[in-house]
Amino acid sequence: MERVLTKNFELPESHTLQVYEKTGGYAALKKALGMQPNQIIDEVKNAGLRGRGGAGFPAGMKWSFVPQNTGKPVYLAVNADEGEPGTFKDRAILEKDPHRMIEGVMIASYAIKAKTAYIYIRGEFDLSYHRLEAAVKEAYAKGYAGKNILGSGYDCDLYVHRGAGAYICGEETALLNSLEGNRGYPRIKPPFPAVEGLFKSPTVVNNVETLAAVPYIIENGAAAYKKIGTEKSPGTKLFSVSGPVMRPGIYEVEMGYPMRKFLHEDVGWMRPGKILKAVVPGGSSMPVLTAQEVEEVNLDYESIASKGSLLGSGGMIVIDDSVCMVWALENLAHFYSHESCGQCSPCREGTGWSYKVLRRMLHGESKKEDIELLLDIGQKMAGKTICVLADSLSMPIASYIGKFRDEFEAHVRGDCQRCRKVH
Amino acid sequence: MKAERFSEASEREIVELLTRYPTKQAALLPVLWVAEREFGYIAPEVMELVAKRLDVSPAHVYGVVTFYTMYQKEPPAQFHIQVCQTLPCAMMGCDKIIEHLKNKLGIKAGEKTKDGRFKLSTVECLASCGTAPAMRVNETYYENLTEAEVDRLIEGFNK
Ligand SMILES: Cc1cc2nc3c(=O)[nH]c(=O)nc-3n(C[C@H](O)[C@H](O)[C@H](O)COP(=O)(O)O)c2cc1C
Ligand code: SF4
Ligand code: FES
Repeated sequence: MERVLTKNFELPESHTLQVYEKTGGYAALKKALGMQPNQIIDEVKNAGLRGRGGAGFPAGMKWSFVPQNTGKPVYLAVNADEGEPGTFKDRAILEKDPHRMIEGVMIASYAIKAKTAYIYIRGEFDLSYHRLEAAVKEAYAKGYAGKNILGSGYDCDLYVHRGAGAYICGEETALLNSLEGNRGYPRIKPPFPAVEGLFKSPTVVNNVETLAAVPYIIENGAAAYKKIGTEKSPGTKLFSVSGPVMRPGIYEVEMGYPMRKFLHEDVGWMRPGKILKAVVPGGSSMPVLTAQEVEEVNLDYESIASKGSLLGSGGMIVIDDSVCMVWALENLAHFYSHESCGQCSPCREGTGWSYKVLRRMLHGESKKEDIELLLDIGQKMAGKTICVLADSLSMPIASYIGKFRDEFEAHVRGDCQRCRKVH
Repeated sequence: MKAERFSEASEREIVELLTRYPTKQAALLPVLWVAEREFGYIAPEVMELVAKRLDVSPAHVYGVVTFYTMYQKEPPAQFHIQVCQTLPCAMMGCDKIIEHLKNKLGIKAGEKTKDGRFKLSTVECLASCGTAPAMRVNETYYENLTEAEVDRLIEGFNK
């Protein structure tokens, strides 16, 4: 497989402009500036590139929604707020190859006719933030950003904007509110950002990894990109693998690659003494897959969806048999209740209540009805809120109980062997 | 705390930041970072100064400062230890690291040592799940933690 996103990751000084240029960097931007914006959008549409931030929305289509006749400026906002538990791929791009993303940002900005692009980076990031800032400076100095980019007459400013610690700001409309200097509250949609986003103007929000794939597509064409992956899920995807496996880390995988093969051959399977029980394939909010399902599934949108889960961000959390699923779910319920922005009562109350119920279940103080109660809370908060954070807990609740009900029952009875053993 | 004006260096930074956005308010998060760097933490007086500088209400600034977890609202410890406690780190033994730190520093999570040198916090996923357990001390990430590694780090900080 040809690597689209990580080909420079192992090179020394891969984060510098010098290395990026030496390996052909910014040739795609030159090419793009000689094309019509519409042609670029068509190319990205034809490539079938889907958003890598979690929702999987087709990138070219999103760009084509931007109205060009409103008289208002158009903005690009880059989502580098990576915070979904289990996900650590954008941080790697920013640390190891920030110019690839910047080149994608400039091409996307040109395609949607944006004059300003903001990169909203997670406040906790340290090395990645400094490398990104340095890369932006280098890009300005070489005329890849700013006025009259590469002599084309096209101007576009590029700014890095640091967050300040709030998971919810990864949700695209919360991100826009945060960029405007507000609390990071998600907005009601519609209007969608493409029509009315930042400063009430048309705005495209894209994930770091999505944009980092764009230079390849422009340089090599949609057809070359489509040659990689499956018919419906073209290209490559980054997976960040965590848990007690031999080689946790970041992998660029051709879409459609069998998950079993991936975990065996690439990741090196489980650490000695650990038995695979389950895998969360796409960040902590996604439904869990059982070890049996891991055998049967391929790493692409359709195959994972056929097992009732989602590819999401590609944050792959591998869970071994010593881990109690009640304990795991309690941990996630704590996360989502802590991160709920509190605007919608079903989410604010539902995530907090789920956490409380799970907490007492974990400590052997629950009744049998609590299992049904959890499912009920989950169901009642899903789909009824401004953003999908409520669903992000509802989905694990339904799938953990659905697939590992015996472990929840053991907790109700007060005889979980796992919790006695490990915790 | 007195915070009547920004230093010249901070003011220069703020002027540059303001060129980046079509509204003054949009510079609020970055200006708060500048303010925190200059004054050490964001006391009510600092919020008022920022509000005045950006022509927004102090209440708005207060609302924003309290929404985001990273702004320091009180005098910070010299070393703020933030250990990730989310599922991937939990599976890889962050509980042991947190217990170890509690015993070593003689404080609970959320507390500061009496001499003001250390604060211990548990935080959510730091996007270091593949190198779990992970923590941040002030701005810097430390990954693949073991108890021995934590001992070494604390010893280094104590020098
Ligand atoms: C609670 C929540 C958190 C999110 N966090 C992120 C994030 O950290 N990074 C990201 O790219 N997308 C995140 N998203 C998805 C964004 O809303 C949005 O779909 C994405 O940035 C669009 O970019 P893409 O189409 O290129 O994927 C989050 C969504 C929700 C509901
Ligand atoms: S669903 Fe939750 S996080 Fe999303 S807007 Fe509502 S309260 Fe906030
Ligand atoms: S869970 Fe600890 S860094 Fe992600």
